[in-house]
Amino acid sequence: MGQYSEKVMEHFARPRNVGEMENPDGVGKVGNPVCGDIMNLYLRVKDGVITDATFKTFGCGAAIATSSMTTELVKGKTVEEALAISNRAVAEALGGLPPIKMHCSVLAEEALRAAIDDYYSRRRKKPL
Amino acid sequence: MNPIYMDYAATTPTDQRVVEAMLPCFGEIYGNPSSLHGFGQEARAAMEGARAKIAAFLGAKPAEIVFTSGGTESDNFAIKGVAWANRKKGDHVITSAIEHHAVLETCRFLEKEGFRVTYLPVDGDGLVDPADVVKAITDRTTLISIMHANNEIGTIEPIAEIGRIAKGKGICFHTDAVQTFGHLPFTVDELNIDLLSASAHKLYGPKGMGLLYIRKGTRITPLVHGGDQESGRRASTQNVPGIVGFGKAVELAAATLHEEVVRLTSLRDRFIRGIFERLDGIRLNGHPARRLPNNINLSVESVEGEGMILSLDMMGIACSTGSACSSSSLEPSHCLLAIGLPHELSHGSLRFSLGRGTKKSDIDTVLTALPQVVGRLRAMSPLYAEQKG
Repeated sequence: MGQYSEKVMEHFARPRNVGEMENPDGVGKVGNPVCGDIMNLYLRVKDGVITDATFKTFGCGAAIATSSMTTELVKGKTVEEALAISNRAVAEALGGLPPIKMHCSVLAEEALRAAIDDYYSRRRKKPL
Repeated sequence: MNPIYMDYAATTPTDQRVVEAMLPCFGEIYGNPSSLHGFGQEARAAMEGARAKIAAFLGAKPAEIVFTSGGTESDNFAIKGVAWANRKKGDHVITSAIEHHAVLETCRFLEKEGFRVTYLPVDGDGLVDPADVVKAITDRTTLISIMHANNEIGTIEPIAEIGRIAKGKGICFHTDAVQTFGHLPFTVDELNIDLLSASAHKLYGPKGMGLLYIRKGTRITPLVHGGDQESGRRASTQNVPGIVGFGKAVELAAATLHEEVVRLTSLRDRFIRGIFERLDGIRLNGHPARRLPNNINLSVESVEGEGMILSLDMMGIACSTGSACSSSSLEPSHCLLAIGLPHELSHGSLRFSLGRGTKKSDIDTVLTALPQVVGRLRAMSPLYAEQKG
């Protein structure tokens, strides 16, 4: 389709890291069916480093592509480094998004932040 | 794989025979129909020939056909024209919640001018209830506008009955017949209508060409002012190639109308039967029986429409969606909301509209492709719970 870059189409046609994670260390669930966009992001963290990330998304081509790219971008990063990933970084990594689809990258950033928040709050709850 | 086009409700390819009919109007029969000399008169004759053909097809008089730039202009002309012309008698318009934007936006514009508009609700199948029309009529109502069939969900409205009600009350009745003109058999008297909008590019004719049927005696204010073309009702040098093309398109449609209704209905029903056999969690939107012969509108649970369109497009299959993500306003289809579809299901909607070029093998190809597409997207979806065991 004319409006999407090659990279977006690549991530839409062959998304990376699809699926729920067993025993994730952090889960971020954002969006709602009324809006037509739902992203669930799952993180595996070992010694402060994200070793694995997966996603499940209900949404348009841009939503699926930004989810996929986000999981790729965070793998191998520390949690702090991942927190610094902005929606613009995700959109740039995808070779840009049509202006009307930028909100999908915002949702992906929110899903990431929610997953990291969840990771931190789970750690706080862990008995020492 | 050869591309498969299933978006005929959006537009149609111009038939080669229509193009051939139009070609002489560019370089040979190029006069201005308003000119007195031979060049002009030749163009006028070509134009009036098309007008007569179209009028006969509708059961109307040639003088009752005004050519416009398309369905949208015709809708604007009909609604504004009648509302303005009858301003002293009343200021109330009745229409439905599922009309095309060309009707709805025109009504919203009139509301800003001080007119009152009633937007009648529809039932779960998209049908307007004639009893609701009766209830909505006031002594200030000057126009009722209800579409003949809905472009998204295919539901065919009870136009003849509503027309009878309007006639009984002496109220002008307009129908947007853009989806039915040339596709369903009818005459203007059978439907009891005073005004009718139609568009050439929905009927294998050229884009940028439409008509408004205006029953003799209807008071209407012109939308486009200028010269006195179209008997003073719509100024502008006429689009002779477009008009001749429109006439040819109507001639071709008339010749095969009944066979096409049967053929398309059969293909449509093959599609519907077949997809319900192959996929669970889907819903047909629109009336199951009172429905355009070529329209299939489905809601697919747990997946989003634009994603499906994109996947199908990658496989060479073209269709459309009512999903918010596909519209520039990010709003879901007003039709799907009007029939009471929850937001999630309107986001997961697909419209396939068949046409002259659709073959049985195309249906079967899509019946194989769509479950694959849905399966892939459902596997990614947080809303889809795999049926285990």
